[in-house]
Amino acid sequence: MPYFFGCSYLDLIGYVLLFPLAGTIINGLLGKKLSKFVVGIIGCTAIGISFILSFFVFIDLLKLDPEHRVFEIDYFTWIGSGSFEAIAGLQVDPLSVVMILVVTGVGFLIHVYSIGYMHDDDGFYRYFTYLNLFTFSMLLLVLANNFLLMFIGWEGVGLCSYLLIGFWFEKKSASTAGMKAFIVNRVGDFGFILAIMLIFVTFKTIDFTEVFHAAPEHLQMGSFVAIMITLLLFVGAVGKSAQIPLYTWLPDAMEGPTPVSALIHAATMVTAGVYMVVRCNVLYTLAPFSLTVVAVIGGVTALFAATIGLAQNDIKRVLAYSTVSQIGYMFLACGVGAYITGIFHLVTHAFFKALLFLGSGSVIHGLGGEQDMRKMGGLKKYMPTTYTTFLIGTLAIAGIPPFAGFFSKDEVLLDAFSKGSLFLWALGAFAALLTAFYMFRLLFMTFYGKSNMSKHVEEHVHESPMSILIPLLVLALLSILGGFIGFPTASAINSFLAPVIGGGHHGMIDGGDLHHVSNSLMFSMMGISTGIAVAGILLAYLMYVKQPDLPAKLVGKFKLIYTIIYNKYYVDEIYDATIVKPTVKTSFILWKIVDVKIIDGFVNAIARIVELKGEVLKLFQTGYVRNYALSILLGGVIIIVCSLVLL
Amino acid sequence: MILFTWYLILSGVLFSIGAVGVLIRRNAIVIFMCIELMLNSVNLAFVTFSRQLNSMDGQIFVFFIMTVAAAEAAVGLAIIIAIYRNKATVNVDDINLMKW
Amino acid sequence: MLEGLLFIIMGLITIVCALCVVFQKNPIYSAIFLIQTMVSLAVLYVLLHAQFIAAIQVMVYAGAIMVLFVFVIMLLDLSKTDVEAGRDNLLFQKPSAVILGFILVVMIGIVTLKTVFQGTKGEYTPESISQIGNTQLVGKMLFTKYVFPFEIASILLFAAIIGAIVLAKKQIIEDKKV
Repeated sequence: MPYFFGCSYLDLIGYVLLFPLAGTIINGLLGKKLSKFVVGIIGCTAIGISFILSFFVFIDLLKLDPEHRVFEIDYFTWIGSGSFEAIAGLQVDPLSVVMILVVTGVGFLIHVYSIGYMHDDDGFYRYFTYLNLFTFSMLLLVLANNFLLMFIGWEGVGLCSYLLIGFWFEKKSASTAGMKAFIVNRVGDFGFILAIMLIFVTFKTIDFTEVFHAAPEHLQMGSFVAIMITLLLFVGAVGKSAQIPLYTWLPDAMEGPTPVSALIHAATMVTAGVYMVVRCNVLYTLAPFSLTVVAVIGGVTALFAATIGLAQNDIKRVLAYSTVSQIGYMFLACGVGAYITGIFHLVTHAFFKALLFLGSGSVIHGLGGEQDMRKMGGLKKYMPTTYTTFLIGTLAIAGIPPFAGFFSKDEVLLDAFSKGSLFLWALGAFAALLTAFYMFRLLFMTFYGKSNMSKHVEEHVHESPMSILIPLLVLALLSILGGFIGFPTASAINSFLAPVIGGGHHGMIDGGDLHHVSNSLMFSMMGISTGIAVAGILLAYLMYVKQPDLPAKLVGKFKLIYTIIYNKYYVDEIYDATIVKPTVKTSFILWKIVDVKIIDGFVNAIARIVELKGEVLKLFQTGYVRNYALSILLGGVIIIVCSLVLL
Repeated sequence: MILFTWYLILSGVLFSIGAVGVLIRRNAIVIFMCIELMLNSVNLAFVTFSRQLNSMDGQIFVFFIMTVAAAEAAVGLAIIIAIYRNKATVNVDDINLMKW
Repeated sequence: MLEGLLFIIMGLITIVCALCVVFQKNPIYSAIFLIQTMVSLAVLYVLLHAQFIAAIQVMVYAGAIMVLFVFVIMLLDLSKTDVEAGRDNLLFQKPSAVILGFILVVMIGIVTLKTVFQGTKGEYTPESISQIGNTQLVGKMLFTKYVFPFEIASILLFAAIIGAIVLAKKQIIEDKKV
C-alpha cells in the first residue's frame, strides 16, 4: 500500500516532520499535567509514525527511476528580500532518505528505551519534549532543500543538544558541559553562516539543487572561492561533529542522560557534519585542497581520539572518544572522495554506537548510576542480555566480520589506501587497532573478571526492564545485519546513493570508481583489517583478563605517556589557558572599565541630566488650578500676538 | 458699520474681565460666575456676527451655548457641593491634589 | 444715533457690572451684578435685532441659571465666611493676571479694528426678520437645519441632569451604606 488516498507517500514527507513537532508541542504544553505513561506514549508514537512514513517514502523513492530519484516540495517563501529568497521546502533524495530512516529508526528505539531509563526522573515530560524537538530539528536538517533551512535544523539540534546535556541542570558540571557544547558549537556555526553567505554571494541562490547545478560552471577547479566555501562549511562540520580542534565538547556532553548520548552524541546529531559534507560533495570535489584537509583532520582525529580512549575509566567517556574517533573515519572517507563509504559508515556506526551507549546505559541503570569502570566487573552473570548485546556492539565497532562495523570500516580503509595515501591508511589502521583494544578493555573491565562493586551496589545489581532490553536486541540485530547493505562493495547502498554524488549528472567520483580496485587488493585489505582487529582484541584479552596486573606495570613504565593520555593531552587545559582565560580576562576588563565606567557612566549621566531637569520643571507643577489657568491664558495671548505679528 | 466693531470690542473686554476674574479669585463659585461671564461675551460676539452677516446661524449657536452653559452650571455646581461636603471649603487653593 | 447712544450706555453698564462681579468680596453681590450684566446684554441683543435671544437670555440665564447660583451660595452659606480672607499663596498671580487681561483687551481691540469683515451676506436682513418674526425663524432653523444638534443638546441636558443628581446625592448614598 504505497499509495495513500491516491497520492504518493513522497507528498506526505511534510508529515514526517509534523509528527515530532506535534509531539513536542503536546508534551511541552500539556506534559506537566499528563501522566508519565501518556507522555511516553505520545513521544514514542510521534517518532514511530514518522519512521513508518519515512519507510513508505523510501519504498516510493525506490520505485522511481534511479536517475530521477529527487523529489522536492516547496511549502512557502520563508524569507523574500530583494534577490534573496529562502523557501521553506523539503527535498527527498536517496541521501536524505537514508538519513531520515536512521534518525527516525534509531530515534524510535531510543525513545522506547528512554521510557524505561528515565522512568524515575521528575523531568520526564521535559525530556520527551526535548527529544521530540531534537528529532524534528534533525529531520529538518536532513530534509531541507536549501542551506538556510538546513541551518535552522542545524541550530535546532544544537539547542536540543544543549538542553539535554544540561538536562540535570541542578548539577553544576552538567550545566557547564551544556554551555561548553553550545559555545564550542558556536565557533563552528560561525563558519557555517559565513559559508552560506559566501555561497549566496557566489551563486545568488541558496537552493541545493541550483547551487550544485551551477557549481561546475561557476567555480573553477581548485579556485579560491571553492576552497573558502568548503573550508568554512567544514568548520561548521568540525564543530558539530566534534573533530580536532573542536572536539572537546563531546566527552563533556556525557553529562546528559545516556539515551541522549546515544541518540544525539553518537548516532545522529554529531554525524550531521558528515551529512553536510556529503550533501555538498559537488563543491568539495571542486576543491581538492579542502578534501585533503578533511581527510587529514578526519584521520588524525580518528587516531588522536582513540589514544585518549585507551586511558579513560568512565564508561561513557570511552564511548564518547570512540565516537569522535569513528566520525574521524567518516571524514577520512569523505576526504578521499569516498562519500558513500562515509555515509555507509555513518549508518552502521549509528547502529552499533547507539547499541553500545544504550548497553552502557543499561549497565549504569543496573548499578544505580555508577559510571566508573574500575568499580564494575563480573557483570556478565548479572546482566546476560545486556552482555550479549554489548558484545555484539563491541565486535561490530572493532571490525570483526560479519558484523556491521567490519564492512564499513574496511571500506573506509580500502578507500583511504586506494584513493588516498599510505599515510592516511596508516592513520586509520592504527586507530582501528587501538579501537579494538580499548573497546575490549571496556568490555573486559565491565563484564569479566571479579567484581569490584561496593557491597551496597552489588546487592542491587539487576537486569534492566524490557523497554530497555528490546531496543538493545533490535539494535544488536541491526549491528549484525547492517553491514550487508554495503556488501560487496559497489552494491545496494552504493548504487542507491550514487545519483546524489556529483549532482547525479557529471562524473561518477565514487560508485563506479570502486570497480577498478582489484579483488585481490580488496580481500587482502579485508584480511589485514580483520587481523588488526583481532590483534587489538587479543592484546586487550592479555592485559585485562589473563594478566590483570600487566596494565599497572605498563603504566609504571611509561608513566609520562600515560599521564599525558590520561589527561587527554591536556587539550582542555591548553584551551583554557590560551583561549578561555584571556577571553575571561578581557571580558572582565571590558565589564569593569568599559561597561561599568564608560557606558554605564554615559547612560547614568543622561539619566541624571533628565532628573535634574525634572527637579527644575516640577516647580511649575504648583497644584494651583489658577496657576494652570494663567498658563492657558498666557498661551492664548502668545498665539494672538504671534498671529498678529506674522500675518 | 463701525458700530459692530465696537460690539466686538465690548465682547473682548467682557471676555478679558471674565478671564482675569477666573485667574485672581479663589472662591470656586465666583470663578464659576466669571466663566459664565466669558460665555456671555462670546454670545455677544455671535449675535453681532449674526446681525452683521444677515444670518440666523449665529443666534442658533447662542441658543446651543446657553444649553451647554445650563448643563455646565448644573454639573459644576453639583461638583462644588460635593467638594464642599468632603473638604468643607470652596477655596480652589485648598483643592491642590495635583501638587508634586 | 439713538442706537449708538443706547449702545454706549448699556456697554458701560455691562463693563462696570462685570468688573463688580470680579472684584466684589461677597459672592452674593457678585451674583447680583452678574444678573445685571446679563440683563444689559439682553438689551444689547435687542439692539442687534435678536429679540428671541434677548428673551431667553433674561429667562434662562438671568432667571434659571443665576437662581441656581444663588441657591448654592445660600445652601453652602458662603456669604458669611470670606473664603479669600487669608493671604494669597500666589504672589504674582494677581498682577500678572491683570497685565495679561490688559494685553488681551488690547490685542482683541487691534484685531477687530484692523480686520475688514467680509463674509458672504445671508438672506436675513433686519427687514425680512421683522417681517417673518425672529422667533419663528429661530424655531424653523432649529427644527430643520439644526435638528440633529438640537437632539444632541437634549441628550446633553439629560446627561447633565443625571450627573448633577449623582454628584449631589453621593453623600446620602454613602450615609445609607454606613
